[in-house]
This record gives sequence, structure tokens and C-alpha cells, in this order.
Amino acid sequence: MAATTVPDKTTRRHAGRAAGPRTQGGRGGLSRKVSQNLQAYGFLIGAILCFGFFSWYPMVREFIMSFQQTRRGVTSWVGFKNIKTVYHDPYFWTAWKNTGMFTLYALLIGFVVPFFVAILLNELRHARAYLRILVYLPVMLPPVAGALLFKYFYNPEYGLFNRILKIFHLPTSQWLDSSHTALISVVIAATWMSMGSATLIYLAALQNIPGELYEAADLDGAGLWSKIWHVTVPQTRLVLSLMLLLQIVATMQEFTNVFLMAGGNGPENSTMTVVYMVYQYGYRYNNFGGAAALGLFLLLVLAGFSGLYARLNRNSD
Amino acid sequence: MAEFTPANRTLISSATLARPRGKVIYWTVLSVVLVVFTLVFVGPLYWMATSGFKSVHEVLHNPPTLVPKDPHPSNYKTAWTQLKLAKLLWNTFYYAFGALAFQLVFDVAAAYALSKLRPVLGNIVLGGMLATLMIPSAVLIIPQYMTVLDLPLLHVNLINHPWAIWLPTVANGFNIFLLKRFFDSIPNDLMAAAAIDGAGPMRTLLSIVLPMSRPILGVVSIFAVVNVWKDFLWPMLVEPDPSKQPINIGINSLSQGVPQNVLIAALAISALPTLLIFLLFQRNIMSGLTAGSLKG
Repeated sequence: MAATTVPDKTTRRHAGRAAGPRTQGGRGGLSRKVSQNLQAYGFLIGAILCFGFFSWYPMVREFIMSFQQTRRGVTSWVGFKNIKTVYHDPYFWTAWKNTGMFTLYALLIGFVVPFFVAILLNELRHARAYLRILVYLPVMLPPVAGALLFKYFYNPEYGLFNRILKIFHLPTSQWLDSSHTALISVVIAATWMSMGSATLIYLAALQNIPGELYEAADLDGAGLWSKIWHVTVPQTRLVLSLMLLLQIVATMQEFTNVFLMAGGNGPENSTMTVVYMVYQYGYRYNNFGGAAALGLFLLLVLAGFSGLYARLNRNSD
Repeated sequence: MAEFTPANRTLISSATLARPRGKVIYWTVLSVVLVVFTLVFVGPLYWMATSGFKSVHEVLHNPPTLVPKDPHPSNYKTAWTQLKLAKLLWNTFYYAFGALAFQLVFDVAAAYALSKLRPVLGNIVLGGMLATLMIPSAVLIIPQYMTVLDLPLLHVNLINHPWAIWLPTVANGFNIFLLKRFFDSIPNDLMAAAAIDGAGPMRTLLSIVLPMSRPILGVVSIFAVVNVWKDFLWPMLVEPDPSKQPINIGINSLSQGVPQNVLIAALAISALPTLLIFLLFQRNIMSGLTAGSLKG
């Protein structure tokens, strides 16, 4: 930041001398404006092209494709046929139910656990750096390593998890192999892999809480829980709600972990998520119109959450 | 270690902890946390590294063994050659750092233009870029794929080409948001001073704006590399050629055809580069990620 002060002085020294010619406007001003704008768009062109090709145009295309069908290279308008097809797909509601359950489990485990882990870590006066690195370690794993490793641990016959349950004389589980536990098994693994980032973000937020608030709560005779409930939670409310929305939007787009660990749909379609169904429509049934139509449903549901996120985020500045 | 004063105290005050009962509880909790966290977060990694040494029989044995009875280091060699890990890792590296280069050049230039050069209609362009943040990425996968299959106007097919991974990463509204907000905080007087000294916009960007923006460039770079390294669905769709696949897709598609012990050895190798980078740069990475996501 030392660099900022040095040019500041030169600004002042040169300002008087340069003010004349620069503010002269007039006829020369127009062509200078044009060339300045051209220059600015020269800087922008790379990003504009990339946004155009890979973001703006696909957005428009998403809507168009939902109402079109391509058969043997011939594309035609089919009205609401795609939307009806996916809506009447026998697995439409299964996929939504699974996605909803996945999101709910992910919130129960993946939202609450990191918050309390952060509170706990924030209280410890020793080994802080070590614990932080530990929590963040799985985040750096490539998803394939984390997911396939957990798949191995989950194996009902020779897996580590059933062995641990057995040592403690607890009932063992079929984990990924049973339609009752497959979804929650994926959520547990996904939480292990991703909770580090949420934990670190909460930790940063906890460190911004003024200590005087806890001091005052102590004087009022507040216990541990009431301090958490009346000081910690309200003080981190904004970060908590941002993370909540971010996590809902992310988990409702779950694909990678169910694909890697449960082969996508899982036993009796118990892990089939909406995004996996989109993938199936596109790349298994070759029905890209149907896939786009299903995407529209997802967009509709998630737009509300994303909008709320953007709103909260603007307020946080 | 930071000192604990009343101003930065946490839930439990230092005075409570100094009492004998507080001390006992604190040290008990600390040791439990240390043991449990090490088991939960390093345990699986230990199991991954050691299972890679086990024989086919031992890796599928019940009960599982804590230490390999008869270590087979050759599993790692088999994994390396059979799954062509060198190629897969190189591909991943190539995609990640190519994406980083494109994002640094195009997004920095764009954010600089929007923040400091402020052309006509700049705000509409900015609005359009930030609006993309509202669209969930999974929704755009299908139309993006169709676009990559046949790029409009140019009619090129980018499938199996690194461009299919690099270019879409530039269309990242979050980068534009972070960079522009940082550039906005650089005083305009500095820009004016540079202009008076005869520096054009490019010179100003390179010699004044960029050197001041190191922290935000670090954040953007970390996100850029990590995002490509961890991406799955998109590279699976656009790089179907096995010799062009990144590590995630390559290992998964070959996972059915190799024995469990070799597969786990491959997983351990695949995890190594990012874990090493993390341990080396953990301070920068962790502070960068929280700074970027908290304010984003």
C-alpha cells in the first residue's frame, strides 16, 4: 500500500499544469471520446465474447430448446410437449423428492455441523492453525478421490464403516446399497468433503463479534447456550443466511457425488436428483428438448433462492 | 498466537478458563477435539494411502486391517501406468492453468474497463455479466453443450478441445464482481496522475492497477484453479476422448476395470498434488477463500 502515497504527491504537482489542455472539450472532444470508448471496448471484448457465447446465448437457447425437438437433424417447434413429457415422467416427482430430501439432509448435517465446529474451534486457544488445516484438508481433494474412497468405506461387506459400527456393537447398515440409506450416505460423504469452507467462513465471522457483547452477557448471568443463542447467532445472522441460501442453491444442483458414489440413480432410484435426470434426458435418451424443459423447472425453483441471495449480499456491503 | 483481551474475547472468558475447573474442562475438550478431528479428517486419508499398499485379498478382507500386512508398493506403479495418471494429471493441470490465464487476462481487462475506463453502455454490460450469477450453472449445462458442439456464427466444434473448458470459465460474473469492486477502491487520482504522465490505459493497468491488486488477483486465481480441478459434469461432457480427460473423469471411467487396491492407489496419487499445494500455501489459500466468499 506504500505505493499509493507516492503517486498521490505527483498528482498534485502535475495537476495545475495539466488541467488546461485536458478540460478543453469542444470539437476535438468527440473524436477523443470515440477513441476512448473504442479502447475501453477493446479491453472488454474478450470477456463480452465469452459471456456472449457461453452465458448469454445459452440462456436464450435454454428457453428456445425447451419448446423445440430435434429428430434426425430436423428441429421443429413442439410447443409445451417437452414440458408435458418431463412433467408426466414417472420419475419427475421422485427426482424432486430426492433433491428436496438431499437438500434437507445437507442442511441438517452440512449447515449445522460446520457452525458448531466453528464455535468450538473459536474457543480453543491451542492448535488453532492445525485444526483449521484439518477441517479444510478434504476440500482440497479432487471429488473423485473423496467419493470413491467413501464408496469403499461404505461397502457393507468389507467396508470400514460397518467395521467401526461392529466394534461399538451398533447395528450395521447397507449404506449405498439400500434405497433407505443411499441418499443420506451420499450427504454424509459430501459434507465431509465440503464442510471446511463453511467452517472457515463462520470462523472469520465469529472473530468479528465484539468481545464486549459476551462480556455484557456474562454480567447479565447468561449461560453458554443463551450466549450462543442471543449473541453469536444474531451477530452472524447475515453470514448464516447467505451461507444457507448458497448451500440450498448448490445442493439442489447435486450431481457429482450421486453420480460417483451411487451411479446416479442409486438403488430403486433413491438418489436420482433433478440434475441427474437432466443428464439422463440429454445423454441417455438423447432428448435435449426434454432436458432443457426440466432445466426450466429447476431454474424456476432456484431463481427465487438466487434472487434472495443477491438481495442479502447487496445489503451486506 | 493472538492475546485474549476483553475486546477480542469469545464465548468463554479467559478468567473462566484460568480457574482450576475451567482448566480441566478446557484441556479435556482440547484433547478430545484433537483426537476426534484427526481421526475424522486425516483418518480417511491415512486409510486411502495405506489401502493402496494392500494386496487384492487384503483390501477386500473383513475385518479391514489398520496396517498393511504385506505392503505392495507396486500397486502405485500399476495405478500410475494402467490408469495413465501422468496424462490425466497433466490434462487437469493444463485445463486449470489455461483457464486461470484466460480469466486473468479477459476478466481483469473487462473489470478494469468497467471500473476505470467506463465506456458508454458499460453499466448495461456489467449488469448483464452480474445477472449470470442468478442462473444456476446446472441449468445452462445443456444449452452450453449445444453451443460448444456448434459455436454460433463461427460453426466450430469445440468438443475434445481445451477451449471448451477454458473459454466458458471466463464467463464468470463472480470474478467480474470481485475484481471491479477492488478496482473501484483504487483512487481515480492515481489514474489521472498516470494519464498526465502520458500513460495509456494499458500502461496504467499494468504498472499501477495490477501491482496494487495482488490480494484480489490471488483470490481469483485460487478460485479459478480449484474450480477447474474439482469440476466434474462439464469436463465429462465436453472431453469424451479418454486421452483428453482430466483426473476426475479419467479415474472414474476406468474405475470399473481395475482391482480395488490399484484404484485406491490411483485415488491417493490423484489427491497428492492438491494436498501438497494446499499444505504449502495453506495460509494464502484459506485467507483468500474466506475473503472471497465472505464478501462475495
